[in-house]
Amino acid sequence: MSRQELLSPEGLRIDGRRANELRRIACKASVLNTADGSAYYEQGNTKVLVAVFGPREPRQRTALQQHDQAIINVEFNVAPFSTSERRKRSKGDKRLLEISSFVRQTFEGAVQRGVYPRSQIDIYVHLLQHDGGMLEACVNAATLALVDAGISMDDYVCACTAGLVDEQPLLDLNGQEESAINMPGLTVAVLPRNGSIALLQMESKIHATKLDDVMQLAIEGCKHIHKKLDEAVLAAANDLAVKLNNSVQ
Amino acid sequence: MVAEIEPSNIEKSFLLESLQKGIRVDGRGIYDYRTLKIICGPEVGLVEVQLGQTRVLARVSCEVTRPFPDRPTEGIVQFNAELSSLCAPGFDSTGKPSAQEVAITRMLERVIRQSRAVDTEALCILAGEKVWTVRIDVHFLDHGGNLVDAASIAAIAALRHFRRPDVTVDGEEAIIHDVRERNPVPLSIHHTPICVSFGFFGDGGMVVLDPNLLEEQTQASSFTITLNSHQEICAMNKAGGIPLDSKQIHRCIQIALAKVDEINEKIKEAL
Repeated sequence: MSRQELLSPEGLRIDGRRANELRRIACKASVLNTADGSAYYEQGNTKVLVAVFGPREPRQRTALQQHDQAIINVEFNVAPFSTSERRKRSKGDKRLLEISSFVRQTFEGAVQRGVYPRSQIDIYVHLLQHDGGMLEACVNAATLALVDAGISMDDYVCACTAGLVDEQPLLDLNGQEESAINMPGLTVAVLPRNGSIALLQMESKIHATKLDDVMQLAIEGCKHIHKKLDEAVLAAANDLAVKLNNSVQ
Repeated sequence: MVAEIEPSNIEKSFLLESLQKGIRVDGRGIYDYRTLKIICGPEVGLVEVQLGQTRVLARVSCEVTRPFPDRPTEGIVQFNAELSSLCAPGFDSTGKPSAQEVAITRMLERVIRQSRAVDTEALCILAGEKVWTVRIDVHFLDHGGNLVDAASIAAIAALRHFRRPDVTVDGEEAIIHDVRERNPVPLSIHHTPICVSFGFFGDGGMVVLDPNLLEEQTQASSFTITLNSHQEICAMNKAGGIPLDSKQIHRCIQIALAKVDEINEKIKEAL
């Protein structure tokens, strides 16, 4: 894909967005019955389903328990049908392990683990359709699921990706843009209230002077995503209130 | 698997209190690297890096293989790094790779492969049929803290030190010359990415460069940035621990830019 096609002279990208537009986000909390908390998150064509179990007893009781805080365990699964060609990934695939590790470390900084000593919080992430922004979608969906599970957190954790084409920062890369050659991909996860960064990951080269613009754009994107997640949480709460009211009457 | 011995509370509080006064436990300045020694081995592509107590060995080798079907004109760069019990008792090479091992391996893969440090198109012999596969094996000999930085220096120095056999292509045939016949050819390296790691303590207010083992075990958060001498950022990785301010990140980037030039000089001297 040539550089020109990624960003047309009129300022439109392959999917018709402008450089600083997010993809369409649709998310819903409480989609699974057995999980303590769950969320379904769509960002453009990337679809993620997250289930949260916890806090519950750690599986290996003596080995993993921490006396003063909870352990967070993240398992990340990519469905074989998620990409255009069916591909089954082995469980030990380093890329998947890395992403689970990133998600775990991100939430270790945001979840108030001291509230649940000697217990384990399990986050199971399933990627159903992959069109760019894998890590970003996982973090956002996991935030929604954790809130749905009622686990104490300092703040929402909202993630967003950004890239750079021809000196123009692009917000929220889709699959084609992400896999383009020489496209720097920056993923940022922030805690919106104080703007502090919980996760920062970058691939491919970018000049040091241009980093600032790209990072600022990604942080702006995170703030918009925060609004969407908040709406989804309120919608789920309203739904629950309506059902409770109906059952009481 | 043997459990790693965590530093005692006294050691941790001593470290934190000293840092509050701006003193590091091993006497370095806050933004000082440990002594860096690069030894380019008797064989081509063999480099050992000593960064204080941390010792890492990198070895580059190559062979002729078929290319990937979707990339017929590009060579293959393969990376392998394993943490074994040799470097620290807590590591276990059997079973699933631990989170730390995955983090280090993926960081190095991203640094070398995705930042396109090695010119893969120059590794092509016959398009669609034969290409060079360059394999980088990194062995960690001693864990004295900050394995990522040492490993990245070792890997990129080994790549620059390595010489592959010369090839002449005659139409559909390729002749690989023995190293005794013709001088081997260096790999085509676009740029030299180097990882610089920082450790954050307390609530993020105190930062150190190149944490040693004790600092790494006590730190609240870690941030690794990979730069090259052209002032380009090749990769960044801040995962976990306490959330950081973007101002702190900026400061780290500025410091890292200065340090990368120093390390580049050292690599050039050693080669």
